[in-house]
Amino acid sequence: MAYSEKVIDHYENPRNVGALDKAAQNVGTGVVGAPECGDVMKLQIQVNEDTGVIEDAKFKTFGCGSAIASSSLATEWLKGRTIEQAKEIKNTEIVNELSLPPVKIHCSVLAEDAIRHAISDYEDKNK
Amino acid sequence: MALELPIYMDNNATTPVDPRVLDAMLPYFQGKFGNAASRSHSFGWAAEDAVAKARKQVSSLIGASPKEIIWTSGSTEACNLAIKGVAEMYGKPRTDDGACRGHIITTAYEHKAVLDPCKRLQREGFDVSWIDPQENGIITAEQVAEQIREDTILVTVMWANNEIGTINEIEKIGKLCKEKGILFFTDATQAVGKITVNVEEAGVDLLCGSAHKIYGPKGAGFLYVRRRKPRVRLSPIIDGGGHERGMRSGTLNVPGIVGLGEACEIAGKEMVEETKKLSALRDKLIDGIVSQLDMAVLNGDKEKRLPQTANISFPYVEGESLMMAMKDIAVSSGSACTSASLEPSYVLKSLGLGDELAHSSIRFGLSRWSTEEEVDYVVDKVVKAVEHLLAMSPLYDMVKEGIDLSTVEWGSH
Repeated sequence: MAYSEKVIDHYENPRNVGALDKAAQNVGTGVVGAPECGDVMKLQIQVNEDTGVIEDAKFKTFGCGSAIASSSLATEWLKGRTIEQAKEIKNTEIVNELSLPPVKIHCSVLAEDAIRHAISDYEDKNK
Repeated sequence: MALELPIYMDNNATTPVDPRVLDAMLPYFQGKFGNAASRSHSFGWAAEDAVAKARKQVSSLIGASPKEIIWTSGSTEACNLAIKGVAEMYGKPRTDDGACRGHIITTAYEHKAVLDPCKRLQREGFDVSWIDPQENGIITAEQVAEQIREDTILVTVMWANNEIGTINEIEKIGKLCKEKGILFFTDATQAVGKITVNVEEAGVDLLCGSAHKIYGPKGAGFLYVRRRKPRVRLSPIIDGGGHERGMRSGTLNVPGIVGLGEACEIAGKEMVEETKKLSALRDKLIDGIVSQLDMAVLNGDKEKRLPQTANISFPYVEGESLMMAMKDIAVSSGSACTSASLEPSYVLKSLGLGDELAHSSIRFGLSRWSTEEEVDYVVDKVVKAVEHLLAMSPLYDMVKEGIDLSTVEWGSH
């Protein structure tokens, strides 16, 4: 299977790999997927409590190149957005940006899921 | 010698044609293009002679007689002919009450060319028992013995596994089947030409092989069918002219058969030397990787394996992304992402490997032209790629934190 240049770029130079303190009040963590499916994504956001803007985002992903690229792209898009704006990110936008083929669409769905889980974890902590 | 990229290390999938094999084949495309079944002119006779020579070359590699070789388009066809042909000939006819037509014993990690015909027979009224290999990837005669029933008509166990390269107890299984009077078929596609295969010593009744796994052309293979003690009879699956003693009709692929014969002859002559060279390279590859990556696991027994095959799992990293990091190395992976389905390799799972290990496996298949420089390059690339991916792996983090991954409740998607 041939990968798009953007997938290869994100795979070779992943943005925002790493971890934030998941115990921190202003950090939301989402872990989605399962090892037996061949994909596990951990995505974290750090939110500025005054402005509600996501100031940092980190990921770690076990999965194919498209899964890594989808989560890397997601962290790029999350930074600088408000929580409400972050909720608008759709998996189809990831598919288009990375030119994912049909068999890899589930990678983008997983990335969207990871974003939702990270946001709801943050919101639960800050009810 | 300068290293040429990309490096092909997927020789269990297919091999390039040996130039000596190609030279032997070329005259049969144009000058000697005759139909081996044409008895009335010299073109036909030349083709027939060439096919007869190839029959000798193949049969002598496996200790059979030339008359026991049936040409096929490859191993898939040969497996189908052996399994369906035996079932049809030795099974009971289908009845309305759905009574069992006969019992077949096979293994859970056969190639699909064996699994799928067995599944079809199961739908058509046969009982099939599927044996899981031991953890070391080996099927023993004892395991087969446990499954034998009064109505068992066929045992089919592969000689060596295509994905992990382990070698089964074929001689013991052959002996067991002889004692019980049960026919024994072995898919020897990965074994023929690489290790000693002798149908008499192993007591097999049916055996198949393929040219393109041993530096011959694609589209040529054979089925060995025992003629004495016992004389095995098969129902054909392809009708139309009664070629190959009525077992496989169709005009013979003369150039392909010539290539298969030549490939077998070369393999027979060079096997001892080649085994020595390749098993040393294989061990260098395994040791090189395992010594630098302490989580890497060799799948299958270290000793009882094909000289040119190694299958290694890299826990916490995924196979397809690993291959992506080694773009200039051609290998294959047990990862689901390399196939149309989302299931990881059923072969590795049959060994009892967890899904995450099956997803993260790479098969390395060396060839007679593999070099030490290539192995060094591959070891280095693999280690760097795995380290790159470990740094990104949430699973590796969890394990480092002391979390047992099998106790985590994963979401589904």
